[in-house]
Amino acid sequence: MGYERQADFGTPEVKSDQQVTLTIDGREVTVPAGTTVMRAAAECGGSIPKLCATDSLNQFGSCRLCLVEIEGARGTPASCTTPVGPGMVVHTQTPRLEKLRKGVMELYISDHPLDCLTCSANNDCELQDQAANVGLRDVRYGYQGENHMGQDVDTSNPYFDFSPDKCIVCSRCVRACGETQGTFALTVDGRGFASKISAGQSGDDFLSSECVSCGACVQACPTSALMEKSVVEHGKPERAVVTTCAYCGVGCTFRAEMKGEQLVRMVPWKDGKANRGHSCVKGRFAWGYANHQDRILKPMIRDSIDQPWQEVSWEEALSYTAAKIKSIKETYGARALGGITSSRCTNEETFLVQKLIRGGFGSNNVDTCARVCHSPTGFGLSQAFGTSAGTQDFDSVMDADVILLIGANPTDGHPVFASRMKRRLRQGAKLIVIDPRRIDLVRSPHINAEHHLPLQPGTNVAVLTSIAHVIVTEGLADEAFIRERCDWDEYQDWARFVSDEKHSPEYLEAVTKVPAETVRQAARLYATGGNGAIYYGLGVTEHSQGSSTVMAIANLAMVTGNIGRRGVGVNPLRGQNNVQGSCDMGSFPHELSGYRHLSDSATRQMFEKDWGVSLDPEPGLRIPNMLDAAVDGTFRAIYIQGEDILQSDPDTHHVAAGLAAMDLVIVHDLFLNETANYATVFLPGSTFLEKDGTFTNAERRIQPVRKVMEPANGYADWEITQMLANAIGCDWNYTHPSEILDEIARLTPTFTGVSWERLEREGSLQWPVNEKFPDGSPIMHVDGFVRGKGKFVVTEYVPTDERTGPRFPLLLTTGRILSQYNVGAQTRRTANVVWHHEDVLEMHPTDAENRGLADGSWARLASRTGETTLRVVVTDRVAPGVVYTTFHHPATQANVVTTDYSDWATNCPEYKVTAVQVTPSNGPSEWQEEYNAQAERSRRIAHVEPAE
Amino acid sequence: MSSTQEKLRRMADQIATNLQARGHEEAVAATAEHIWKFWDPRMKAGIFADDLSVLTPIAREAIEKLKADAQQSAA
Repeated sequence: MGYERQADFGTPEVKSDQQVTLTIDGREVTVPAGTTVMRAAAECGGSIPKLCATDSLNQFGSCRLCLVEIEGARGTPASCTTPVGPGMVVHTQTPRLEKLRKGVMELYISDHPLDCLTCSANNDCELQDQAANVGLRDVRYGYQGENHMGQDVDTSNPYFDFSPDKCIVCSRCVRACGETQGTFALTVDGRGFASKISAGQSGDDFLSSECVSCGACVQACPTSALMEKSVVEHGKPERAVVTTCAYCGVGCTFRAEMKGEQLVRMVPWKDGKANRGHSCVKGRFAWGYANHQDRILKPMIRDSIDQPWQEVSWEEALSYTAAKIKSIKETYGARALGGITSSRCTNEETFLVQKLIRGGFGSNNVDTCARVCHSPTGFGLSQAFGTSAGTQDFDSVMDADVILLIGANPTDGHPVFASRMKRRLRQGAKLIVIDPRRIDLVRSPHINAEHHLPLQPGTNVAVLTSIAHVIVTEGLADEAFIRERCDWDEYQDWARFVSDEKHSPEYLEAVTKVPAETVRQAARLYATGGNGAIYYGLGVTEHSQGSSTVMAIANLAMVTGNIGRRGVGVNPLRGQNNVQGSCDMGSFPHELSGYRHLSDSATRQMFEKDWGVSLDPEPGLRIPNMLDAAVDGTFRAIYIQGEDILQSDPDTHHVAAGLAAMDLVIVHDLFLNETANYATVFLPGSTFLEKDGTFTNAERRIQPVRKVMEPANGYADWEITQMLANAIGCDWNYTHPSEILDEIARLTPTFTGVSWERLEREGSLQWPVNEKFPDGSPIMHVDGFVRGKGKFVVTEYVPTDERTGPRFPLLLTTGRILSQYNVGAQTRRTANVVWHHEDVLEMHPTDAENRGLADGSWARLASRTGETTLRVVVTDRVAPGVVYTTFHHPATQANVVTTDYSDWATNCPEYKVTAVQVTPSNGPSEWQEEYNAQAERSRRIAHVEPAE
Repeated sequence: MSSTQEKLRRMADQIATNLQARGHEEAVAATAEHIWKFWDPRMKAGIFADDLSVLTPIAREAIEKLKADAQQSAA
């Protein structure tokens, strides 16, 4: 598409069963009751001048530009705050209105720089548009009087500037910060002529304020007062392409706004059904990694990991790799080969990687990063409901009355969805937080959780079972729902189990450390407070009882009848952009796409016939088992697309030992990541801006990813996998990812109705999309569970084997921070480091004082597995006895400390519970220094002089 | 004994412990099914060849059942 602004109807859409008919400028218009005159006019093609109004924000009525005349009404009311009435006759253009608007606009312009020729807005300015719209031709007042010119520009934010002299104090930015983002960092400071937009407290600038740099204010600004630095630098974009963000599992839709091949800015797309026009600091601004100098653009090989890399042609890299693969297969058999699909790549790319491993390599040793994040979700929900995904769309939260949030920190991990959640909470929904840390949602501006259950890490199952105990023993179960929708006998067994006194909050308080009365109150609220919706994250899954916790959550939803309609449900907040999709695409070693087990011979035969190969009917190895087998010598080669297991997976020493033991490690990535230290083949990858395909977000929404520029490395990732497949003897001939999507649809019952053409037409689709659900499935299990009757699973609390003791008396739990993403490979290569340039250790004041540690002190963090050092942040956000850190920086390598304990059903690592000791330190440990030196050596690239 | 062998034992016992609330008979069947569905052949072979007496009763019976099934299919 070309470059034009999205249509702006001035005020938000109103939904109503009642319709109102009125006349605007002689045209009869029918709109839902409650719609404003401004919006009604816009919907019938009119355009009432406006400045303070925009359809993403509630009407404000301050600029006085949108005045209209209404027959029979006195004065000239503001159309943005006037609701339509039946039979109303509105005039939007009259000589009187023209005069009034000109007068208003003249006053605005009298205190605004007339530097349109050099202004970065370059005509993309609503103020300029409206001045033209009202026919303003001159300004009588001049600049001799007091004005706001020449004020200092606030350039503190790395991504946008604030120029106060261009500000018209329309408050759109202030309202966007509150209404859209829910941070309330901005305000109008002063009164009357002294009014000015202010970030935070007096003396703050944008960077030092509470601003989270989501960009909502910049997007709302009608002038260039708030403007992206990239637009200031490169100028106004010339074209825009709608695509999907490649950061978290929310899956925001953006307009990639381009000037030639230069990406100028990413702007959230109002029609995006996951984000509804909102964004966060990562998706909106942190795309600079795509052209970062560290990016590798040529294939490289080396004979051993102690040698420098040699840049080679694609042909040489592929033939070298293919020869190695064939040789290993011949010597050790197909089961010595495997690979890892990427949750950052598209569905089509992921599908091809697992096809290459199953059909080309000949083994089922394929896994994906979901192994270390949400594999328990897949297992647990398939047991309870019959499908491995969340039950709702994101919009559903706006119908929730009680939100139970467990083991998730959406304001950091899923910020755009967190803003929707906060909006609903401000409307009056109640919040229960179950988390060892006092996350922001427990208490932040206009948000105050009804109950916070600061449980001891590792006791999720105990807490959830005690909530179930209260619901069942206090007679709060929804028996009618259970009898109709669930297996009654199984329910009775489960109810007997949870009713046992040993599952009461009072009995378990010693284990969970949560006051019994708080548990009882939370249980009553969830069971009786109206629509109850559960949202959860990795604080649920990354435990030795991750799968049990997911099933315990499903039990709670079923016992209270909170499933199968809007406002309720079980909602896993998936981590990476396409982790749902990578699971859907058959990335797990035991199943084919659509979650069908390999032992199902009919399914297996369907794939065999389509692919022209025979498939191994036995399950393959999971990632941790691959590493074990590598150490044992039975697993010799791995192809890793878009994952950095050395940094992201637990017990770094063991991961390194596994990788070092292999004969061939192929890393296919944007950067020489930590895993590449152990690779002998590097295939340069492409960014999400450089390819077509689809991502599937946490609400099962399949969304198009569109190429906005040519791949700097020469090929999209799906092409590289195809070249590798053909180099080992496959005969693949895909010319576009749409053909791969057709194959997925052909082989996957939940994708039958999905095609590239349909996604182009409809924007997105939520699976299942098939004969039974031709338009997709925003809400699942509406008339019945996928598996038939909902299954109550008895979930006994089993303490983790990881125990504290005299040597390791503290519990470490790990997580994420807003500005960084996963291993930080992308975000560390952007200006986001200004907010988080190193991993730090959060520690309670009592624990810090006992160890002689102060804010900023270096500390040694040691577990039974390993140790590292990092700086301490003293905070009561964590409870005594608990410490917390992130894993975004390889300099820290937090996973050198985490253990190989894992979920009983899926081997998802227990990142959230590690017994540790913290002691004062002088700086980086010997191991860290050795590691950094080794990494530096491993990244050497031998530059060969070109032949004469 | 390799560390992998130790891990296999731990995994089998962990599965059994988490399923034991279903009652002994069902837990044995569920443990066996879980291992059959999710373990790679070399992992199964590893635990089959191990000293099963060190396992918890549910895990041990589950592995014995799987071994018997495997022998039956091979015959």
